[in-house]
Amino acid sequence: MPRITELNVNGTRVHVDVDGQRTLLSVLRDDLDLTGTKYGCGEGQCGACTVLLDGSPTRSCITPVGSTSHKSISTIEGLEQNGKLHPLQEAFLRRGAMQCAYCTSGMIMTSYALLQKKPNPSDAEIVQAMNGNICRCGTYLRIIAAIKEGAQALGAK
Amino acid sequence: MNATPEMNLEPERYELQESPLYHFDLDRRQFFKLLGSGVVVLFFVEAAIAQESGGGGGGRRGGGGQRPMEVSAWLHIGEDGTVTVFTGKAEMGQNIRTSLTQAVAEELHTPVESIRMVMADTELTPYDAGTFGSRTTPDMGSQLHKVAAAAREALMDLAAEHFKVDRATLVVADGKISKNGTKESVTFGELTKGQKILQSVTAATVVTPAKDWKIAGTSLPKVNGRDFVTGKHKYPSDMKLPGMLFGKVLRPAAFEATLASLDTKLAEAMDGVTVVHDGNFVGVTASDVLQAAHAVDAIKADWTTPTGQPSSQTLFDYLRKNAQNPAPPPSLIGETPDGEHRLAQTYTVAYIAHTPLETRAAVADWKDGKLTVWTGSQRPFGIRSDLASAFGIPEASVRVIVPDTGSGYGGKHTGETAIEAARLAKAAGKPVKVMWTREEEFTWAYFRPAGVIDITSRVKNDGTLTYWDFHNYNSGNSGISSPYDIPDQHSEFHQTRAPLRSGSYRGLAATANHFAREVNMDELAALVKMGPLEFRLKNLKNERLRAVLETATKAFGWSDAKSSSGHGYGLACGTEKGGYLATCVEVLAELGGDSITVVRAVSAFECGAVVNPDHLKNQVEGALVMGLGGALSEAIEFSNGKIENPHLANYRVPRFRDMPKIEVVLMDRKDLPSAGAGESPIMGIAPAISNAIFAATGIRMRSMPMRPDGLKI
Repeated sequence: MPRITELNVNGTRVHVDVDGQRTLLSVLRDDLDLTGTKYGCGEGQCGACTVLLDGSPTRSCITPVGSTSHKSISTIEGLEQNGKLHPLQEAFLRRGAMQCAYCTSGMIMTSYALLQKKPNPSDAEIVQAMNGNICRCGTYLRIIAAIKEGAQALGAK
Repeated sequence: MNATPEMNLEPERYELQESPLYHFDLDRRQFFKLLGSGVVVLFFVEAAIAQESGGGGGGRRGGGGQRPMEVSAWLHIGEDGTVTVFTGKAEMGQNIRTSLTQAVAEELHTPVESIRMVMADTELTPYDAGTFGSRTTPDMGSQLHKVAAAAREALMDLAAEHFKVDRATLVVADGKISKNGTKESVTFGELTKGQKILQSVTAATVVTPAKDWKIAGTSLPKVNGRDFVTGKHKYPSDMKLPGMLFGKVLRPAAFEATLASLDTKLAEAMDGVTVVHDGNFVGVTASDVLQAAHAVDAIKADWTTPTGQPSSQTLFDYLRKNAQNPAPPPSLIGETPDGEHRLAQTYTVAYIAHTPLETRAAVADWKDGKLTVWTGSQRPFGIRSDLASAFGIPEASVRVIVPDTGSGYGGKHTGETAIEAARLAKAAGKPVKVMWTREEEFTWAYFRPAGVIDITSRVKNDGTLTYWDFHNYNSGNSGISSPYDIPDQHSEFHQTRAPLRSGSYRGLAATANHFAREVNMDELAALVKMGPLEFRLKNLKNERLRAVLETATKAFGWSDAKSSSGHGYGLACGTEKGGYLATCVEVLAELGGDSITVVRAVSAFECGAVVNPDHLKNQVEGALVMGLGGALSEAIEFSNGKIENPHLANYRVPRFRDMPKIEVVLMDRKDLPSAGAGESPIMGIAPAISNAIFAATGIRMRSMPMRPDGLKI
């Protein structure tokens, strides 16, 4: 695969020079220092590496960076705007929806994409959308509560 | 890397690995060197007590006679009023960075924001045996209460001098000390300016009783929570140094395999790749993770694997056959007096994996003969000692730093990646990061031990327990003693030869021992046609355990919960590591059906004075969810020295879809010391589910995990 020299990350064009076969996860973390996106399994089974590609939640650990050069990539680092947390980030904090928090970036990015499509998801829709994300500390019910609270806050805006 | 006899020691002892003597040089200058003038307060423990924080027994080597005292925690109040606290404990999701901050804020009467915790850094923090055994709250929490209280008293003395008044006229609040009834006040920073006061906690240091707590005992949110929701926090696997390379290790074809031949020519010819072959260690460094993986793939290695290694199919027979002091089979134990029922049953638990979402990772950096390693570990000082011994250098030349880590659950006591990264960095002459793949984590870490438990028990017609004989093979002895009042009881842990490398786990053997005991209790209740709650209460005097049992069943609505075909209710209770737990569940399962669904779970938990109600609740909920995995789906499959399901696709941990409704009721006992709580709430869910399945189907499931194929007739 040819080398990739430019990516669109969090609304900014950034320069890289990497083998297109490398995973998007590795390039984000190791070349661009965007370490909020995590390695959890390398198999697309846990969701810790979730980023948005043109708004769709995508497992960056199994996505070759070569396939992303014409897409808009959003990571957890892009959610906070001008020092202000996104309502979902606020809700995760308020609900204490984490323990070790290693899964949190992936949880927030996946639920962010869900709320873009469905501003008022039911519990069943949240479970359906989030089931590919693992929280090994077991804070699932808190995460569901945080997503609902985030949805409300966004709706009230 | 392979299963060794040392690794298979009874796991509680395994947690207490000996560490070399650590001499804390009490040179007062060093306490001010780092942070400048101010007030410093030290907490001393006997060296043996620090070692004991694994849960009992085992003093430090050497010494003889009087044990040396050593600092186990300390704090510094600087000229800007900042309080810096030094503790060797590691944060990995238990939220102890928050709870320990609360302890200090409580006693010092200073804002939470002015407190900085320096944790788990072998160069900066005092020796600590490790973060395990639910000891942080009872040991480090109470030590920091005392350290902060002593610091407050020192500041009061300074303020009395400053105002030239009697101490009794002073009040301390919000990082300031004021003259009572006036607006005159002085800040901690102003008081400590230019001072070099070094004190230690004495027997006279008095801490605030829990009933008067204002900051401890409240639901303070995770102190650095914002860094986690923004992705800013740097976990061990996020560390990066200038010029850093990525390392990967060649793994043997199977456990016990030895290298027959090795050809690394192709890998060595690859761009930017360095190959290291040192004894049984073969690894590479490269400029990125993919190149490192390609280089390992390019290595040609032949392995000789011994045949006839045990498998998960033959596991339980194997454990029994290889036991050091096996007991007679349960069917042969004891007689059955008239008017009594006798039960002889066997229970098993599978090997399971901790599966921390952050796999093992380390970054190693050599500079001028000194090694610094950032890694996720529960035993930074143990790993420092492992590194020193692996490289033949003094411990003083090794620094291990544990950034807040992506969970451990007892699974990160060992420092494999630290040693691997350090070996590769030494060869490459540059810093190296090693992060295990999920498959490596599933294969080359260690497991919660599998176990076989035999119980022979007897009960009178009126429901009085009379005899209890309990033998645990391999899984360990935490929670092995029955809390019930039984005149003739005997519990024994039998070491055996374990086929897989195993070690600590959240709750450890308490899960297996409670599973066996609480299912057996249900079976005995059924024999004498008593309700499970009534039967337990009849045989239980322990007030704290009775209290959680009564609280959980009340919250659950146990008295109205009538099981029917396909719909069962079950309960279980127990006490371990100072925590008291009762769990009730509601389960859907059909005889001959193909699913077991937990619809609702209620746990009541009591662990003395609650330090942070919301974080405690979070731990109890999380333990319950983690327990659900071991109860219903998690099991390591292995044969011929290989793990057969080393992926999240075929090792199923609980997910959103598996969540029951969960209710946690905390009982806050402000009159009792706080116990640790991260572990023991895991142990009730599995037996409660088994008992509910029986109530729904008439089938007794005596093996964890309990899978739907067990419902087939």
